[in-house]
Amino acid sequence: MSETTVPLASRLRSLTLRVEPRLKDPPRWYPLAVTVGAIVFALFLGGILIALSGGDPLRSYIHIARASLGSLGVFSDTLVKATPLIMAGLACSVAFRMKLWNIGAEGQFIMGAFGASAVVLTPIIPAETPSWIFIPAMILAGILGGALWGFIPGFLKARLNVNEIISSLMLNYIAVAWINFWIFAVWTEGGFQMSPAFPKNAWLPRLTDLAAEIPILSGLTTHLGLILGILAAIVAWFILYRSRWGYEIRLIGDNPQAARYAGLNITRNTVLVMMLSGALAGLGGMSEVTGVVHRLQTSPLAAGYGFTGIIVAWLAKLNPYLVVPVSIFFGALILAGREIQPSGIPKMIQGIILVSLIASDFLIRYRVHIVRRGQEA
Amino acid sequence: MHGIVKRFPGVLANDHVDFDLRPGEIHALLGENGAGKSTLMNILAGLYRAEAGMILVKGQPVTFSSPRDAINSGIGMVHQHFMLVPSQTVTENVLLGLDKPRFLVNLPQYDRAVGELGEQFGLKVDPRVKIWQLSVGEQQRVEILKMLYRGTDVLIMDEPTAVLAPQEIEGLIKTLRAMVARGKSVIFISHKLQEVMAVADRVTVLRRGKVTAAGVETRQTTRQELARLMVGREVLFHLDKKPRQPEGIVLSVENLQAENDKGLPALRDLSLQVKAGEIVGLAGVAGNGQRELAQTITGLRKCQRGKILLDGHEIGNCSANVAIRRGVSHIPEDRTHVGTAPNLSITDNVIMKSYRQPPIARGWMLDMVAATRFANELKQNYEIIVPTVETPARLLSGGNLQRVILAREISGKPALMVAMQPTRGLDVGAIEGVHRLLLAQRDAGAAILLVSEELEELLSLSDRVYVIYEGRIMGELQIDSTDSTQIETIGLMMTGTPLEQIRS
Repeated sequence: MSETTVPLASRLRSLTLRVEPRLKDPPRWYPLAVTVGAIVFALFLGGILIALSGGDPLRSYIHIARASLGSLGVFSDTLVKATPLIMAGLACSVAFRMKLWNIGAEGQFIMGAFGASAVVLTPIIPAETPSWIFIPAMILAGILGGALWGFIPGFLKARLNVNEIISSLMLNYIAVAWINFWIFAVWTEGGFQMSPAFPKNAWLPRLTDLAAEIPILSGLTTHLGLILGILAAIVAWFILYRSRWGYEIRLIGDNPQAARYAGLNITRNTVLVMMLSGALAGLGGMSEVTGVVHRLQTSPLAAGYGFTGIIVAWLAKLNPYLVVPVSIFFGALILAGREIQPSGIPKMIQGIILVSLIASDFLIRYRVHIVRRGQEA
Repeated sequence: MHGIVKRFPGVLANDHVDFDLRPGEIHALLGENGAGKSTLMNILAGLYRAEAGMILVKGQPVTFSSPRDAINSGIGMVHQHFMLVPSQTVTENVLLGLDKPRFLVNLPQYDRAVGELGEQFGLKVDPRVKIWQLSVGEQQRVEILKMLYRGTDVLIMDEPTAVLAPQEIEGLIKTLRAMVARGKSVIFISHKLQEVMAVADRVTVLRRGKVTAAGVETRQTTRQELARLMVGREVLFHLDKKPRQPEGIVLSVENLQAENDKGLPALRDLSLQVKAGEIVGLAGVAGNGQRELAQTITGLRKCQRGKILLDGHEIGNCSANVAIRRGVSHIPEDRTHVGTAPNLSITDNVIMKSYRQPPIARGWMLDMVAATRFANELKQNYEIIVPTVETPARLLSGGNLQRVILAREISGKPALMVAMQPTRGLDVGAIEGVHRLLLAQRDAGAAILLVSEELEELLSLSDRVYVIYEGRIMGELQIDSTDSTQIETIGLMMTGTPLEQIRS
């Protein structure tokens, strides 16, 4: 090739990108580097956006960071936002592992919240029952509510081969309508669209409740749900990677034909995994209603946690442990976004970060070369 | 092609390979799996780019950056896995991706053109039929038609016979000869010595990315010589098979009737028996009910009537799980889609049938330490070549993958082993390994039902052979290696003549 007399411009023009699938897994540090790079790249684009709208990108970012991570107080708020996402993300992770596309974590979340609320609001258990009975009963009811809402699309899929994407999605709307009915007609608080507030002994304990002994915790709203979420992540990991059932889930997810050949019952597993997924989402709903909202009310519960859980699950590569940090990252984004502007720019930055992260996966699966044309053969 | 070099991570797939093709010849490219045959041809067809070396077409250097460039230079490739749109007709598939017709398609006119082209080369296909209605052999013809319609002078066929029934292979060879007679050239990728000797004018042999024989005339060489060039050592074509007296009946199939996926009868009143310590071969042209039989025995398919007795217990219409527990092992026909889970590790793949029992199962949990130990044992005993047992199965070559499956199926100490095409698509060295393992199982007292389309394999391994035709058993033969008329008899039965008629 003649490289001496070619002017720079035409040399640049003759450069082409060549993309090849990776044949071997890249080194361990590489995916992390790509992820960090994608976030930096997204923040850079977001910076341009802020500058165009007349702000100072650097100052805005510092403000965002302070607003979500800057002090114990706001970090606690970030964790509160992350808690429902952890459980919704876990719910999606276990279902997606078996290639069951459960889009209904939102509805299962709401039904979990309903189940927990029913324990408080129906006059079976007296209101002055101690917490140590109330909380386990609510956890159980939340899990049951979510599992039931997962069972329906699971059963339809297993028995009648109904597409679980459609059925679970539609069930989300039914779930919202269902709790609306109850808070309008049965448990209404003086005609408002919300139930009466729960008695204090039906609240998940918060850090601030310990402020009497440890003054530094005063005002921190992080509640027991975070511990429940982390425990759920550990349990989900053990189920997936250390139990016979989890092995079946992974085998069916990777190759259903091989699973059938190995004598697995796919029908039964479809129902069970959808129920497990629903139970995890239901636990999330229970934690949100008893840890944060403290009453059954539609708008703070049906806030899209179940849908965000889908994204969390994907970004965590369906790994239960990774769901926890990814959820905290998302919690920070949600909180910080509200801090600088109720809507608009922060939402866009969130979107850019998401798209960059998802697109960066490409760099993990493919290699990109820059080649000069004519030097290829 | 001169000095072609192509590297994949960790492998030098083509190491300064030279290859030349004359007009009007069938040139075979022979080599084991992973020798670099397909890589070399993918470079020629514009799918990969070589890192060094050059390609000359009619003396002119060319660079291909896409298959389209290659087709424009008259080079087309028919891949092992066909690239056709099932819901469209033959003609539509042939026209797909061409510049003409631009917008409106006068289909009948093109139907005629495609039909005529097919007639010229003996490629009988109805141009108006949709692809999904065609057999695999017919689909292959459509692929060839596609290339001919684009005016290719050089046709690369990647293992074209792997998917064909014997009579379809005959047809394919005729077509290739017709093309050569018109001055076109064919490159025939294969690892089957027999075929190469029968079809090709010249042969180039690759071993581990290097040429070991360049353009040798097939008339001037022998199968043994080619085999040596391919694997680098003499291959035993005769197995060391000890005589063994079969014992009690393990599998007894009585008057079995089952349907295929389309709900049509696939097995009609079929009966056979397999005893402990014998290999029973099932010969027949593909698609005569072999697959359905294997599936009903292993619990993957329901049967309508009849009995399947394993050691006297009825296992017909039971689940696959029951069959596994009763000691039925199954080497499936389709290694990648049925036999293994591609993204799971070797460990996860070898415990597929044993994860329900201790030591790998510990109550509800899996003992991953025991599972890893088990996988490492199998890796060593069955010579599975992988860096670690954590490697996902999709990174394994065909022969290695088959060893994983065999290791798993044999390690369960099966009473009955149903082996479907256990050597299909494997190279000579790997085939020999599989044969040895099957014989060792027989000597250890397992009952083996071997389904194969390779008659030679059946005759050299089996103690007895049944021949299946349209779901019926045509006859049963005790194999006698000194009786050379047996091949002929089996051939007649495979085409539908019952044994009584042949004998009378």
